[in-house]
This record gives sequence, C-alpha cells and structure tokens, in this order.
Amino acid sequence: MPKGPKKFRLSRFLGQVAFYLLLLAVFAYLVFPFYWAVVSSLKSQQELFQTPVSYWPEKLRWQNYRDVFIMQPFGRNLLNSAVVAGLTTLLALAVGSFAAYALGRFRFAGKRPIYYGILAVSMFPQISVLGGMYVLIKALGLYNTWWALVFSYMIFTLPFTIWVLTSFVREIPAELEEAAYVDGAGPLQTLLWVLLPLMAPGLVTAGLLAFIGAWNEFLFALTFTVDDKARTVPVAIAFFSGASQFELPWAQIMAASVIVTVPLILLVLFFQQRIIAGLTAGAVKG
Amino acid sequence: MNRPKWIRVALATLGFLAMGSLVAAEGVTVTISCGSVGKDQTFCKEGAEAWAKKTGNKVRVLSSPQSTSDRLALYQQQLAAGSSDVDVYMIDVIWPGVLGQFFEDLNPYIDPRVKEGFFPSLISANTVDGRLVGLPWFTDAGILYYRKDLLQKYGFSKPPTTWDELFQMAKTIQEGERKAGNQSFWGFVWQGASYEGLTVDALEWIYSYGGGTIVDTKGNITVNNPRAKAALEMARKWVGTISPPGVLSYMEEDARGVWQAGNAAFMRNWPYAYALGNSADSPIRGKFDVTVLPKASTPEGRHAAGLGGWQLAVSRFSKHKAAAVDLVLYLTGYQEQKRRAIEGSYLPTRPALYQDPDLLKAQPFMGRLYDVFVNAVPRPSAQTKKKYNQVSSAFWTAVHNAISGKVDAGMALRQLEAQLKRIKGAGW
Amino acid sequence: MLKRSLQARRARAAWLFLLPSLVLLTLVAAYPLLRTMQLSLYQASILDYPLRPVWVALANYAFLIQDAYWWLSVKNTVIFTVASVSLETLLGLGIAVLVNARFPLRGLMRTAMLIPWAIPTVVSAQMWRWMYNDVYGVINDILLRLGLIAKPVAWLAEPSLVLASIVAVDVWKTTPFMALLLLAGLQSIPKELYEAAHVDGATPWQQFRYVTLPLLKPALLVALVFRTLDALRVFDVVYVMSGTNPSTMSMSVYARQQLVDFGALGYGSALSTGIFFIIAIFTVIYLTVLRVEVD
Repeated sequence: MPKGPKKFRLSRFLGQVAFYLLLLAVFAYLVFPFYWAVVSSLKSQQELFQTPVSYWPEKLRWQNYRDVFIMQPFGRNLLNSAVVAGLTTLLALAVGSFAAYALGRFRFAGKRPIYYGILAVSMFPQISVLGGMYVLIKALGLYNTWWALVFSYMIFTLPFTIWVLTSFVREIPAELEEAAYVDGAGPLQTLLWVLLPLMAPGLVTAGLLAFIGAWNEFLFALTFTVDDKARTVPVAIAFFSGASQFELPWAQIMAASVIVTVPLILLVLFFQQRIIAGLTAGAVKG
Repeated sequence: MNRPKWIRVALATLGFLAMGSLVAAEGVTVTISCGSVGKDQTFCKEGAEAWAKKTGNKVRVLSSPQSTSDRLALYQQQLAAGSSDVDVYMIDVIWPGVLGQFFEDLNPYIDPRVKEGFFPSLISANTVDGRLVGLPWFTDAGILYYRKDLLQKYGFSKPPTTWDELFQMAKTIQEGERKAGNQSFWGFVWQGASYEGLTVDALEWIYSYGGGTIVDTKGNITVNNPRAKAALEMARKWVGTISPPGVLSYMEEDARGVWQAGNAAFMRNWPYAYALGNSADSPIRGKFDVTVLPKASTPEGRHAAGLGGWQLAVSRFSKHKAAAVDLVLYLTGYQEQKRRAIEGSYLPTRPALYQDPDLLKAQPFMGRLYDVFVNAVPRPSAQTKKKYNQVSSAFWTAVHNAISGKVDAGMALRQLEAQLKRIKGAGW
Repeated sequence: MLKRSLQARRARAAWLFLLPSLVLLTLVAAYPLLRTMQLSLYQASILDYPLRPVWVALANYAFLIQDAYWWLSVKNTVIFTVASVSLETLLGLGIAVLVNARFPLRGLMRTAMLIPWAIPTVVSAQMWRWMYNDVYGVINDILLRLGLIAKPVAWLAEPSLVLASIVAVDVWKTTPFMALLLLAGLQSIPKELYEAAHVDGATPWQQFRYVTLPLLKPALLVALVFRTLDALRVFDVVYVMSGTNPSTMSMSVYARQQLVDFGALGYGSALSTGIFFIIAIFTVIYLTVLRVEVD
C-alpha cells in the first residue's frame, strides 16, 4: 500500500463512506416495500388504521396468516398456482428441449425463419391473442380449468424456454455428440442420453424462469378462470374481498402477498446464479 | 428400457391430475356467488347454510370482487362461457337488462302470488321482456350518515337539508377537529373512484339539482344541462376542501374506513354501514344517525337517493335449477330478510317487513326513511339495456374528469353527450 | 453421396424435433392471433346468447381511428413507456456500476436485486397501493417526516399524479432487472482496458465515458428494446392500481375493457389487433437494427 498524502486518504475515506451509504440506500429502496408488507401483515386492524403509522407492530399478530386460509379459499388458490406453474414448466421443458436441440445443433433449410418466428412469438402482446384464445379455450372445453392456463401459458414460456435452452445447447462441445454418433446412436438417443444430462443446468435455469413467469401471470388467469376451482394466486389477491368487520382487509392482503412471495425469494436465494445466467443468456449474447 | 415405465408414470400422473380437476358431485350442491362488501359474505353464508340444513342439500359460497364493475365483468365472463359452475347469482338492480338472457325465467317455477309479496317496482325491474329473471333480495338507497355528537358539539341542531348547509357544517367541524389535534379529520366522505359507485353518487347530485337521470325514460340523452353542470361544480369544490383529495379513489369500503375510524363528520353510503358502525368494536358506536341526502338550494332542488339493491337470479346453465330456485325463494323469504335486516341492516324488499315491530325496534331508521327508500331514483339501465355498462362507464369517466378538475364541468358534459350519442348509435 | 443423405436425415430429425413446439405455438399463438383478427371484422357481443356475429368489414377500424379513448390509451402507454424505460435504464446503469465494485455481502445485494423482479406484479401493485394510501400510507408518512410535503398527498386520486405513481411502481420492480442485465455486460468488459486507461491518467468519469459506455452499448440496447416492448403491453400494474380509470388506462387495459367488461368481441379484437401491429413494428425494428444472429 503506497502511503498517499493525508488529504488523499481522507477523500478516499469519504469516498468509501459515500459508496456504502449509496449501497445502503439502494438496498433499502429495493427491500423496503417487502419489509412494509411483512410489517403490515403482522398488525391488527386497529394498528393498521392508526395515524401516525408505526414502523414495527406493537405485537406480532399471526392471526392474519390464519385468516387468509380460513376466510378466503387461499389454500385452493395456492394449489392452483403450484399445479399450473409446475405443469407449465414441465411441458415447456419437455417440448422445448427437443426444439432447442434442433435449433442449436442442426443445419437445415428454414432454420432462420423458424428461429425468428419463435423469437417473434415471445414478443407477442398477450392481449392480441386474448379474443381468439378465449374462443379457442371455450371450444376445447378448457374454460376455468388448470389446463386453460397451462395451455395458454405456452405462448410466453415456450419461446423463452427454447431460446434459453438453445443458447445452452450451443455451448456443449460437439465432440461428445460426435462420439455418440460414432457409437451408432441416432439423433434421439444422442439427445436423451448425451445432451440432456449436459443440459441440466440450462433446464434448471429455463425451468425456473418458466415457473416464475407462470406463477406471476395475471391477464390470462383473470380472463380464463372464473372461480376458485382454477383461480390462481395473483387473481385471488387482486380480488381479495373484505369479509372483515372493520375495514378493507389490508392486513390479509399483505399476509397473502408475503405468502406468495416467500417461495419466490427462496428460489431466488438458492438459484441466484442460475436465474441471472438465464436472464442474461439471450440478452448479452444477442 | 426405461422409456415405457417413464411414459406409464407420465400417463398415470396426467390421469390423476385430470381427475383432480373434476369436482366430485355428491347429492345436490348448489353454488351461490354473493357479494363481498362489508359482511355480505358472512350473511350470505349463514343464510345459505340454513337452507342447506333445512333441505338436506349442500351449498358452496363463492366470493366475488369487491368492485361492482369487476364483479359484472366476471359474471359476464362466466355466463358467456356457458359455465354451469354457479347456480345462483347475486345481481345488481341494473344488471337484469344486461345479463337477463343468461338467467332462467322464474315464472314457471313459482306461485304467482309469491311476486305480490315484493315491491312492485322491484319486480318490474327484474322483468325483462316478460321474463322474471330474478327476485329482489335487498334494496338499497344512498343515505347521509352524520355524527350526532359532532353536530351537537359545534352547535348544529339538526342535520343539513341542503348541500350548502352540509358544506358549511362539514367545514366548521373539520376545522374544529383539526384544531383539536386530529389532522386526519375530514368533513364529508363519499365514493369518487372511477367506477359504478360514482355513477350513483353523481346521479344523486344531478337529480337533486333537477338535472335528470342522464338518459330519460324515453331514451333521450339529457345529461348536458346547466343543472347537471352546477351539480358537478359543487362536487368539484368539495374535493380537497371538505373531502380528502383521496376521495377520488374511494369506493364504499374506503369511505367507510375513514368514517368508521371516526375521521369524518358526514358520509354518503348505503344502509349496510349502519349496522357495521354500531358493531361492538366500532369507535363511533351510538354516535351517529342517518337521514336523507341533502338537496340543492335552488327552486328545482329535491332530495334524491340513488336506487341500488341486489337480486338473486338462477343461471340458465345451472344443473340444479329446481334446488337453485328453492334457495332463492328461501333467501328472499320473509324470515331470512328479517334476520338480515335486523342483524345486518339490509333493507327488505317486502313492504310488509317495514311494519314488523321487531324490525322497527332494531332498525328505527328503516321506518323513518321508508319514503326515501321506495322513491329512490333508478339509474337509466332499463332504457339503455345492454349498453348500460358503456353508458355508465362513459358517465363516471366524465364525472371523474370534472370533479378531479381535469376538464371543467361544462366541457366534460359536452364531451359526454357526444360520446353517449356514439354509443347509442341507431338506438339503445 | 453418403454425406448428403446424412444431411437429409439430420434435417428430417431436426424437423421432427421441432414439430411439437411448432404445433403448440401454432395453436397458442398463430391460431388465436388470426382468430382475433377475423373477429375484428365482425360485430359480436358476448352478452348475446347464443352469440350472433354480424359481418361489418372494416367498420370497427373506422370506429377505432376516431375513438378518443383509444388514442388516450395510446398516449398513456407511450408516456408510461418512455418514462419508465428511461428511468429504469438510468437508475439501472447507476446501480450496476455501483454493484460492480467489490464489497462484502455482494451476494446479498444481488439477491435483494432479484426480489422486486420475482414478486408477482399484482402483489407489488397491491403493496404499493397500500403504501400510497392517502391517510394510512407509509409514503406520505415518510415524506411528511422528512418535510418534503406539507400535507398528505392522494397519490392514486390526483389525476396528475396517478400515472407517475404507477411508473414509480414499475421502476421499482424493473430497475433491478435492468441493473442485472447491465451488470452482466459490465463484467464481460476486460479488466485490462481499465488498467490501461488508469495508466493513461483517465479520471473515473472518463473511464466510464470512453471505456464502459461504448462496450456496454450492445447490452444496453438489447435491454432497452426488451423493456420497451414489455412496457408497451403493460397491463397488470395499471389494472390493479387504478382499474380502467382513463387517465392511466393503457392500450391493453382498454382493449380488455372492451372485450370483457363491455363484451364487445368485435371491437375489442380490433383494438387487440391494433396493439399487435404497433408492437410488431417495434419488434421488426428490433430484429433488424440489432441483427439477432442465429449461428
């Protein structure tokens, strides 16, 4: 460490302080709304509606969390969300990995337009298919079922999955595949036994993003479900209604919000690297 | 080698999931979708379960969005999809014209004398092209809530009869309470969000100025007139003076939140807030009363209460129509309406109940305001039929623009008139 | 000869692998899109039972061109897009540069950055709606304590503030996402370039201006265009925060109001088609300007 003049050291120190203060400010900005939801969800109705507001509940009140399940069919909504997001993810991965293999490894006429076409679908505004999708889902008899959502969610999960997986497939060294061919394996065997295991990180990444996308989706869920048989959590939270005595059930809304967010935060905590890799896969490489 | 097993597992899983999405039907389960304002849900559940117990059927009670506009959209979706998931719908008094085709005609199911027990005006509101599409469950009319204690404290002997009086009282009380330390106190809260509720509030103001009902009974668009303009200018003046700026995003429950916390001197709301305000844990218990909404101080001024109220209708796609009709008859019956009136201050739809001594003892205001309730002003849903929703949306939007000061009232009404003409087209 | 048939066999395999995806995408994207376009040529109300569509040719589009609410929703959407995307880019860039430095607990910071992105939009909208509450909201409380406002502000009621309040929610939710994309771009810039610049005596600002920014440009552009397309189709946050209030109504909210609330299957479809073309134009520009490479 070269010893600089005192003034330089001081400005360096001040710079460090400013840096950490800035970091702290950014951190507070990012997590404060979530903190506030947690605090609000632990307050009693009286405390929620008192001025000036208090930044920490007088007494931790877990009742709101119980009420969410007793006074609202929230358990059912959670189940719907989990099943829909899970099935969507599985279907998108199963179908998408074949397509990604074809796009990432094969040369054939028409590849470019197809790749563009798939990319274009991922840009589709959901609203532009709403009318037609509504008619189709009704005709297929899927209205107000899990399958209506799993089916319609393919429009945004599948292109994205294909895209992320394709970029992963391209990174896999060609030698492994060639070795399989020399051993007499066909394309299908090569995909299933050689590439798929190597694609595992990509599958996890793409799967996570598909899951989060499906878990959070609102417009289709709002339009294609009409009651708690298939209604997912985002719609339930938007429609949360006051069975409460005294006020709009903000405490319950916040409790429900915390409940749906916690699994996502856990996913983010555990798979942070994978998610970032997936988000940047397409973007950075262009 | 592994593949067949893998496929078997997948198929089994799919089969299991497909079965999981089917609802097991044991006996007759009637599904009812009822409201979610205040204690609607609780009362609906209690009533429906009492019926289930009596008849040996089962009921399933669904919740619906709090905002009436969202609720109508949802019901439209359900019914247009031909969904048989819901048997009994709780529908707003303005919806029979919009949704009527999707409901069963109740006439063949009931004794004609049953209809005679209800207010004739409500039965006619539920009759579309000769079909009785619903039975009135409870009626509603906009009323003025006021704080007796505060009126007295500031030397007012009786509640306001004109809007000018209301403004003065609200202002005095608000200034006094703020000086006394309650900075969150406001004079008057109402429903100013851009949604169906604002249509009713604004209709009340305009009608109380003698400015008509937007579209008259013959279907002519009448809303662009000087009296309507004066009414909107009055409400514009309230925002930020006696009413919180946030009133422009208030629905019924937001207004009640401020009112019931003791932070408002006056509130415009439906009767349901009466019982809630007097509930055991309410800070304003026993400190308030209700009266008819004020009128304009001009010669044309008259008292006006917007007609609300809810009906029960049976879906034409229902698989248990007979049981559903039976549930509707039970819920709209004398005893159940009495229970709801006493415990929940829901206004009965049967004239006989307004003479019931138990009821009058529990809810004296019902007897007092009987005339207000039976003369309530309906929204123009009968004349605008299926286009009512568009008319109302255009109206509440124009009103919201005017009372938020985005455009001046005259301009808002001129634009509204042009827009309504476009919606009307060749006819309603 | 052998090579050629191998090529043909591989091409056939590729098409087979693509088939399920293509079938699915045709079903969920192409068919509904064409069906929506077809519906836009009819007048049909979902309130009619049974449905009675009437062929009206281009009448819905003629109506659309002079529909003040449609243009209002276009205007709102454009304002929303420009405001939110530019704020998100600037803030995101700042945060990315900040987090790119080495400091303890960097992992925690990156997790914190993913939280707003991972929270469902509906949930974040509800959280903010509660924070914006005019009487009991924490935002007014904080601003009052800091002396930044003199009296509580009705964020979601005052027409001049609603759209800005909604933009603020979107900025909170999406800035970290933007920052992460840019961070990945930053980390791909070779360290040697900075060392060289340092040796040449470049100030930190000059380093940023002449090294970071030019090399970050591709990542920045991609992120920008992505966000623009996303913002143009905004629905959730607007719908939950202020419903169909015209002063904030986005194109998607308006189209859904016509389709579902008013049951106008024909006109709503015409609006949806209009939105599709607006966004398609942007997508084509994106694909050509950035020249996404397949191989």
